[in-house]
Amino acid sequence: MVDLSAPAALSVPAAASRPGLRRLPLGLVLGLGTFVAVLCLWVLASAQGWASPVFLPAPARVWAALVRVATEGYANATLWGHMGASLWRVFAALVFTMLIGVPVGLIIATSRIGRGILDPLVEFIRPLPPLAYLPLIIIWCGIGEPSKVLVIGIAMLAPIVISTVSGARAASESQIRAAQAFGATRVQLVREVMLPAALPSIFTGMRIALGAGWTTLVAAELVAATRGLGYMIQSAAQFLVTDMVIAGILVISALATLSELALRLTERRFLPWIGKS
Amino acid sequence: MSVLSLSRVSLHYGTSSAPVLQDLSLDLRRGEFVSVIGRSGSGKTSLLNLAAGFVSPSTGTVRVDGRAVTGPGPDRAVVFQDDALYPWRRVEDNVALPLKLAGVGRDERLARARDWLAAVGLEGQGAKHVWQLSGGQRQRVGIARALASEPEFLLMDEPLGALDAMTRDLMHELLLKLWQRSHAGAMLITHSVEEALFLSTSVLVLAPDPGRVVLQERFSFGRRFLAGEDPRALKSEPAFIAARERLLAAIYMKEASRMKKQGHMKEVG
Ligand SMILES: Nc1ncnc2c1ncn2[C@@H]1O[C@H](COP(=O)(O)OP(=O)(O)OP(=O)(O)O)[C@@H](O)[C@H]1O
Ligand SMILES: [Mg+2]
Repeated sequence: MVDLSAPAALSVPAAASRPGLRRLPLGLVLGLGTFVAVLCLWVLASAQGWASPVFLPAPARVWAALVRVATEGYANATLWGHMGASLWRVFAALVFTMLIGVPVGLIIATSRIGRGILDPLVEFIRPLPPLAYLPLIIIWCGIGEPSKVLVIGIAMLAPIVISTVSGARAASESQIRAAQAFGATRVQLVREVMLPAALPSIFTGMRIALGAGWTTLVAAELVAATRGLGYMIQSAAQFLVTDMVIAGILVISALATLSELALRLTERRFLPWIGKS
Repeated sequence: MSVLSLSRVSLHYGTSSAPVLQDLSLDLRRGEFVSVIGRSGSGKTSLLNLAAGFVSPSTGTVRVDGRAVTGPGPDRAVVFQDDALYPWRRVEDNVALPLKLAGVGRDERLARARDWLAAVGLEGQGAKHVWQLSGGQRQRVGIARALASEPEFLLMDEPLGALDAMTRDLMHELLLKLWQRSHAGAMLITHSVEEALFLSTSVLVLAPDPGRVVLQERFSFGRRFLAGEDPRALKSEPAFIAARERLLAAIYMKEASRMKKQGHMKEVG
């Protein structure tokens, strides 16, 4: 205990002078520690027979299921096929929602008329649970790929719009006035000042939207899917193949973590000015 | 000769009955350097906002060469107290923004931006990020950006407020040279009497409640510096010191009379 806390205490001044650099290992260590602890508990629980294997298969069996789906495939496709289908749906929905949500957010932020028209629509969509509008989307758009992307996209819309609206107000009054004094038109003002000022907030919105997207994936793949991680989990659940269900959940969680990391790296690479007024 | 003129302007914010500025007139010609001094809250920024077109007067008119000003425009560039730079653009892209908005092509506007950066002593710093500069360097970028738009009038709201005394002195000399080079009419809001005296062809003292001009005087210390005289010798001339005392007296005049009044009331009560 003593020699664990000593380096932590020593690293505090370093963290103050170089924020984010020295603090990362501590967070990483704690995160890994939690992960290992849960894994140990899981191994112990299944070895001691605390729960029946149908409820809680051993980690080794989940690993075997993962290898099986990766090599032989399960439910019409290999793991890569399922992953590809799901990734495509989530990212197509993200691109599609950004193309609509960012302009809508900018209009709400800059025009009183636009706000009056669009704000109630966004507020209407925001709290809807995906399972509630799924049937309607299928009636309207059929059971093909578009309706799956649409279901995920609708879940992503509100975070993108709301983060754009609040981000567009991040530009200071003098930053806006400076552009106006240099003769900026309304469109130029939005493009050169408000949109860039909103980018950090939009990135946060994208991260929230991705979370919502992965959450909605299983619902979107409920009906008439032939591949996809959500579909794979549901197929496995129907036959109580619990190890495959858990394998699917772990893959989704890994993909969500990776996409979050990718977004953070993009942010650091392309928006280096974040947090530097 | 272009002129920016405020004639008999008053300004009320919102529905408040007390005017922030009352019946104020001011002419700023190209080639002139007008400084506005006055205590905090006397309406200096409000005056600049009127001249820039960010706010409209409640009564009176703001005109450029006889045309009524209806909003901000590229003929009047502004340097803000907080530098108002854009951290998502590199230094040279900040300076080039006015040119981009005016439709100047990329190569040409960057070349001109680098020229202006060199003119404010930031040669070769154009590719840096804004946050990699010091406060004084950032202010110079703000000034370079305003000058890059080649305005007829340069409106500055305490652009040197955040700088230490030594840097300020250097900036004063730089400002005078830039002003001479640009032929713009300059309006400078400042807290510093010495700054106003050294830089200006004309100094206005604003008194608060309501904001109005209580003293206006013409000076030539800046022109004499540009003609080659030593700045420290100029600032220790008896004429400079006497002028400083006059301006300070005008700034504190209201305060003194108010304090006298309060003292009187105490005696009565
Ligand atoms: N947007 C506003 N709404 C209402 N009142 C305002 C607004 N801006 C300024 N005022 C008021 O107008 C008066 C003059 O303000 P102004 O900012 O012009 O003063 P200033 O001379 O620039 O002061 P400082 O030297 O502190 O910058 C103050 O009493 C202030 O409270
Ligand atoms: Mg002010």
